[in-house]
Amino acid sequence: MNIVELLIPELILLAGSVACAIVGVSTRRSMRDALPAVAIAALGAAIAWTLCCGDTLAEAAPMPALSKWVTVVGCGLGMLLVLLNAGTADRDYEAAVAAGRTKFDPLRTTRGEFYVFMLLSIGGLLLAAKARDLIWLFLALELTSLPTYVMVAMSRREQRAQEASMKYFFLGAMSAAMFLYGFALLYGATGTVELAAMHEVFTAQQGDVGMIALVGMLLAILGIAFKLAAVPMHLYAADVYEGAASSVTAFLGFVPKAAGAIAVMGLLWTMGMHADGWLLPPMVEVMLWVMAVLTMTLGNVAALLQSSAKRMLGWSSVAHSGYILIGVIAGPDHGGWAAVLVYLLGYGLSNTGAFAALAALRRGGNEVESLEDLSGLAERHRGAAWTLAISSGSLLGFPPLLGFWGKLLLFIAGVSSGHIVLVVIAGLNSAISAAYYLKLVALPLMGASTARSREVEPLSVQWPRIAGLIAAAAVILLPIGLPAIAACAAAVLVN
Amino acid sequence: MMSWLLILLPLLGALVVIASPARLARHLALATSLLVLGVSIAAALVFTGWGNGAYGLTAALDWLPQAGIVIQVGADSVAFILVLLTTMLMPLAILGSYTAVQVRQKEYYGWLLALLSAMLGVFLARDLILFYVCFEFTLVPMFFIIAIWGGANRGKACVKFLIYTFTGSLITLAAFLMLAWSYADAHSGVWTFAIEPLTSHAAGLAASDQAWLLLALLIGFGVKVPLFPVHTWLPLAHTEAPTAGSVLLAGVLLKLGTYGLYRFALPMCPDAVVTWAPVIAILSIVGILYGALICWVQTDVKKLVAYSSVSHLGFCVLGLFALNPMGLEGSVLYMVNHGLSTGALFFLIGMMYERYHTRDMRQISGLARVMPVWATFMVFFVLASVGLPGLNGFVSEFLCLIAAFTAGDGGAYPGVLGPWFAAFAALGMILAAMYLLIMVGKIVFGPVQTPAHGHDDNDLPVDLSVREIVVLIPLAAGCIILGVQPGIIIDSTATSIADTLAVYPPIIEQASTHVGATLDAMVMGGAP
Repeated sequence: MNIVELLIPELILLAGSVACAIVGVSTRRSMRDALPAVAIAALGAAIAWTLCCGDTLAEAAPMPALSKWVTVVGCGLGMLLVLLNAGTADRDYEAAVAAGRTKFDPLRTTRGEFYVFMLLSIGGLLLAAKARDLIWLFLALELTSLPTYVMVAMSRREQRAQEASMKYFFLGAMSAAMFLYGFALLYGATGTVELAAMHEVFTAQQGDVGMIALVGMLLAILGIAFKLAAVPMHLYAADVYEGAASSVTAFLGFVPKAAGAIAVMGLLWTMGMHADGWLLPPMVEVMLWVMAVLTMTLGNVAALLQSSAKRMLGWSSVAHSGYILIGVIAGPDHGGWAAVLVYLLGYGLSNTGAFAALAALRRGGNEVESLEDLSGLAERHRGAAWTLAISSGSLLGFPPLLGFWGKLLLFIAGVSSGHIVLVVIAGLNSAISAAYYLKLVALPLMGASTARSREVEPLSVQWPRIAGLIAAAAVILLPIGLPAIAACAAAVLVN
Repeated sequence: MMSWLLILLPLLGALVVIASPARLARHLALATSLLVLGVSIAAALVFTGWGNGAYGLTAALDWLPQAGIVIQVGADSVAFILVLLTTMLMPLAILGSYTAVQVRQKEYYGWLLALLSAMLGVFLARDLILFYVCFEFTLVPMFFIIAIWGGANRGKACVKFLIYTFTGSLITLAAFLMLAWSYADAHSGVWTFAIEPLTSHAAGLAASDQAWLLLALLIGFGVKVPLFPVHTWLPLAHTEAPTAGSVLLAGVLLKLGTYGLYRFALPMCPDAVVTWAPVIAILSIVGILYGALICWVQTDVKKLVAYSSVSHLGFCVLGLFALNPMGLEGSVLYMVNHGLSTGALFFLIGMMYERYHTRDMRQISGLARVMPVWATFMVFFVLASVGLPGLNGFVSEFLCLIAAFTAGDGGAYPGVLGPWFAAFAALGMILAAMYLLIMVGKIVFGPVQTPAHGHDDNDLPVDLSVREIVVLIPLAAGCIILGVQPGIIIDSTATSIADTLAVYPPIIEQASTHVGATLDAMVMGGAP
């Protein structure tokens, strides 16, 4: 099979990122302003190619149709995220150039690189879905994460962003070392790096997996849990999500998380998929179970205690990793993985919408962060207030929004795979989360304006606002097409 | 087809209202709700379920077949009665808001129509997913209606309302999922969420499993009813909601809880219900008395009527758990009657509040001289609510009490309650007469006293306007018709109710021979 053909979507993104790098140093402002369009065009081309001629991807990875789904969803949400990030990098610098305070200096601008990094990171997500061996998987995950470290630092000219970036980078490097070590042990135990061959080895062992392989798997999952921001590798999440610009936080909340979830599923497939159905080794299952419970509980309780909307959403995205793990544990047999895919779509859109609402606003030149800033928002910025409310409703899982259907499918999968206690805990967590998501609905829509919140003004760039509105509209409208979406997600797992 | 129309038409209307100019909003909303009323009346004429236990107006739509989710609609006679109640109350609620709501009118009427859609969806659902989605979605419009157009303490009220009911229904959802899974487990992995197969499956489960199911259902629906001790959201929400919000809360949304108990708890877990009915009955009696006692000391008339709902709905639940035809018929009738009379009381209080901007009984009295028309309606609906023979409230309250009284060992129909239950509940009736008549005595009669600022709304006449009278007339007519001819509801629902109860007599017989004696000893005696 022709590997180049397999990688055409990624190559399109690579070409797009090269184009971005070139356009970004153009001395003409109108050219530089076209950067988001270039990036979106590249993502659109990748989607178009996958939809038109993506069938050649078959036989590639453990779950062949997965890459098609991930390409479409990843690039689709990627377009939204690019739109949201239009104007994030170099905003002040561009303003200074436009005002004639300084001359444009190609060596000082970072605007082009910002889009390059976004495209590369999304490319990493796409590659993770196609991974056929451990080395590929490792490279794909790192390709997803490395650009995000820089994006955090570039996203705003504040010390907090640099600090967040460093924290993110060091912990990320540690986690990479961890799962690399796990991969090495898996290789040692099976003598192969290819996922399909590993699967054969584990299948031959008939569930009696050796200790080395088990430890390897546990370490690998722990390492990848960093991408998911799942307990115990969640410690960076709140600080990094807060330190980065809101638009970048939306990116962090989706792309690495999706890559992590896909990587975990790919790895678990080797060990859990037997001829007679899905069965994880008890140790792995227990660890995932505990991780899921701790992640959602800690995420929700911590979110409940926040006074900063951004930190609250950061913790909430930790909690969502816990829900995702329910589907991962349930496995492909009971619709668990299909549910994870649908959930990732719903979560991605809602999370992007929520952060877009924050990113579309400014208060005295700074980001809008505290809950108080949002009080009475609807009186002045109706679009942002409703975007935030709808997105929060969807994150909470309120019917009939998209988030509800994802959660319902996850819960059905959890129950039908026998993890009733887990689903009950998740249900209780949803109830806890109602308390803080409600603040994000109630404060903007009917809180009284305060002196502080009256200072909130819209961002000069309108794209984040539009990205938020698109996300909110999708969260409302996509459930109409849910049968088709769920059917596609289920088809992904048919080998 | 007609069911889809009933659910989707209000939603469409909501979108039209949002898109149209603000000055047209209320007229468009009224037109939509009248159209829906027309459709529902037309549907009532072609409805095949009257007088038999069958479902009519059914339709189905494959939604997520791989997860067993097929959206099914349709109604039996009980559900359809509630559909008619809903479609009748909504135009009145909209008409009643014409002057009361002055700000953000488009949103307000849009939310009301969305609420109509969700409420009809609940009653027309024949599968758990549609039921749950609509049940849950009713919270959103009501949340905004309280939150944006509510009284001074609205922030607390709407959040408490939403958190209570959301948490409760999540637990119900968990129960639904568990039930569906247990069905799939027993049917080689085929999932379904349709109500009928799941009901018959659940009824065959072990008593201990049924008890868990019953508990989960009770938590979800009990919050909505509201049953003591999870009623605390209600007085606050009722008091802070704008008039139309209170009317719909009392008129329809509380019925979602009792309807849920009727539709799910009774047929799904008969064994557990027989065991636990006395406990639930005690909770409802506590609710009846506690609600009534609180009403007694209220000075805020709206709060008084709100707490009276807690008390009244206790009778409704008591009737359900009497487990005999009389009780269920009384209970279904009660759902309609309470919707009419309490809805009307909220309207009247709203009309008073619009004029005097107070609801404090100490500040206002003798309105009979100032607003004779208003006072006439007030006295009329208070009497209906108290249970004056000849008006609607009497029939249903009496049926529920008699049902509880005869639901002992000696009754014609086997049951697990008894005279003591009825005796304590009947105290609630006396208390109701006391607190409601005290209220009437204070604000309608006595020396004329109005707040210092007086009647300060120039758009409204001193007494009721024609529009306001038009709002009240249908409700009054309903009270009289159902008072004299309760048979039109009782006869048309009798078979559905008999079908629901069919499983009970053998279970009760069996239970009373085995544990009857000990249970009676435990729970206040049972039969004397």
